[in-house]
Amino acid sequence: MSRRDRLSGNEAVAYAMRQINPDVFAAFPITPSTEIPQYFAQYVADGQVDTEFVTVESEHSSMSTCIGAEAAGVRAVTATSSCGLAYMYEMLYVAASARLPITLACVNRALTGPININNDHSDSMGARDAGWIQIYSENNQEAYDNYLQAMRIAETPDVRLPIMICQDGFITSHAVENIELEDDQAVKAFVGEYEPENYLLKHENPLAVGPYDTSPYYMEHKVQQAQAMKNAKTAILDVAADFARTFGRTYGFFEEYRMEDAEAAIVLIGSTAGTAKTCVDQMRAAGHKVGLIKLRVFRPFPAEELAAALSHVKAAAVMDKSEGFSGCGGPVFADTRSACYDLKERPRLINIVYGLGGRDCAVEDLERVYQYLLRIARTGEEGPVYLHMGQRSLDKEVL
Amino acid sequence: MAYNHKIELNKPERFVGGHRLCAGCGAGIVSRAIMRALDEGDRAVICNATSCLEVSSFIYPYTAWEDSYIHSAFENAAATCGGVEAAYRAAKRRGKVKDHFKFLTIGGDGGTYDIGFQSLSGAMERGHDMVYFCYDNEAYMNTGIQRSSATPRFANATTTPCGTQSEGKKQNKKDLTEILAAHHIPYVAQTTMLGNLKDLHKKAHKAIYTEGPAFVNILSPCPRGWQYAPENLPQICRMAVETCVWPLYEVIDGRWYLSYEPKKKLPVEEFMRLQGRFKHCFKPGNEWTIEEAQAYVDENWERLLEKCH
Repeated sequence: MSRRDRLSGNEAVAYAMRQINPDVFAAFPITPSTEIPQYFAQYVADGQVDTEFVTVESEHSSMSTCIGAEAAGVRAVTATSSCGLAYMYEMLYVAASARLPITLACVNRALTGPININNDHSDSMGARDAGWIQIYSENNQEAYDNYLQAMRIAETPDVRLPIMICQDGFITSHAVENIELEDDQAVKAFVGEYEPENYLLKHENPLAVGPYDTSPYYMEHKVQQAQAMKNAKTAILDVAADFARTFGRTYGFFEEYRMEDAEAAIVLIGSTAGTAKTCVDQMRAAGHKVGLIKLRVFRPFPAEELAAALSHVKAAAVMDKSEGFSGCGGPVFADTRSACYDLKERPRLINIVYGLGGRDCAVEDLERVYQYLLRIARTGEEGPVYLHMGQRSLDKEVL
Repeated sequence: MAYNHKIELNKPERFVGGHRLCAGCGAGIVSRAIMRALDEGDRAVICNATSCLEVSSFIYPYTAWEDSYIHSAFENAAATCGGVEAAYRAAKRRGKVKDHFKFLTIGGDGGTYDIGFQSLSGAMERGHDMVYFCYDNEAYMNTGIQRSSATPRFANATTTPCGTQSEGKKQNKKDLTEILAAHHIPYVAQTTMLGNLKDLHKKAHKAIYTEGPAFVNILSPCPRGWQYAPENLPQICRMAVETCVWPLYEVIDGRWYLSYEPKKKLPVEEFMRLQGRFKHCFKPGNEWTIEEAQAYVDENWERLLEKCH
């Protein structure tokens, strides 16, 4: 039997971890993900789990510990944010190339430069090419549900890739919300046991991991990794379908909110979706045909599906909660625009970078975006494509 | 257990031929010796930092290691090994693994003294049941003989070259073994390849079979970096010990034990003259370099004798 409770996003993830009882947890604190290892440490202290809790001296070592543990044949997990994830970058690539289905709870926070502890997506977006599956959560319930699905996706034999379950720092990690928690036994049964094919501690034969890979082989290994990421799309939908059957909550690559006949749409990731849904409802009530696409899965990128979902829209804004510094738009925009290129009739697409370092994004901000999009839809005049919203500026604000 | 070189050499090899290490390199000999120190029947996982040893012994799709082996990066061999060891504890507790495993980490001086120092210190402090073996060849040899904090003063390395204004490296070698002893772990030792390798074997065995973290620092000359003919490897190791440049000792549960005291301590130039990297020290006018090298060795040797029982 599931039960209702009130938990913060960090607590929800720690709760899921307790239910799963992973073999190894490599822990190093960083705001705002620190609570996850703290809650888990208490589970260890109280004998509620029998996980090896390895309190490492850095995030580089936490990812290295996870790599060693997962290669040895067990489930390894960690949690981090911001600079902690950046400090892991080198090892993120190693984890993916060694095809180790490690699970990382990423509590998104702005990367330092200057230091800032609040939410944006620059940390995990910076890791988007590392070969990790990335799933983002709108609220605490989704953080919990996504975490419960993570291992089954990552451990799928034709996937075997590490996975990052992301949620917005403070906004969901520290905010307490009502949440539906599943029964321990039901969770254990759903997640199942990890049974890798080959591992370092296997009795039958030893295993060598992490070779010097010369040019006659390296590219084949990279293509296999790329194929695994494509395969992950099927695994994500299969696991979501089983999750819906088991627990009754439905997930896909993205959520379409009132998109049926939408003329203007916003595409975004994470907790801002909650604000955007309120905005959509208000604008729909006022007669405006607006909708929202909340991207849940960013890696692998659901390009065809997203393009199809946007194909009937006249104008769309892709809202990036990270800069990217490409000089021509953020990372979600780049992938979305590329996905839409193959459409016969493309929506007018603009990019709005917003919410950096925890800058607030309210219903009225999103309403301005929708009004701007409706104007584009009406006039066909796009204006500037790459905008920043909500910052102080001496220039006249476009938005 | 008396050491019998013949019996040891007749054990099945766990680090086999076909690797691509240079002739006269210490790393291959060290690796074979370490692996022989495992009791037959015990399984092992080797964790290797990026190094000459790694890129020469595990070139896809071949490996020279008969046991399970993992390389993940340069600076994190100890943390990786800690992860494997943690997994073993968890798997053992949950009845998923029955075999008896030992966990051995091997890194060069770059991966140990320098970039991997934090990871090493962390793993030792946490108390994983593992051994970290450093094969110390006193520079970044894999990238082409750049100085490390293990490079001795006056050595000619590619980032501390000799020149009109330079007599090689300016700083003395970091005393990593002493730093590891300060971690107050159960076993710390310093050794090298001498004669029938008894000292190396016994220390490796003791380290592997001491419960908890252990560290063994093994001076391991490099023919390219130190500039010597391959056949001179044993002589260089011998001279490192006879001159007290590289004393052999153990720190067991905080107590220091000297493993070998030369009957007659030889002058430091007996060690230096065998190697091209110190060639400039023997030029007329550079006598001071050898004098300072000698003074440094003497000072360290005296300090060590005071600590040893």
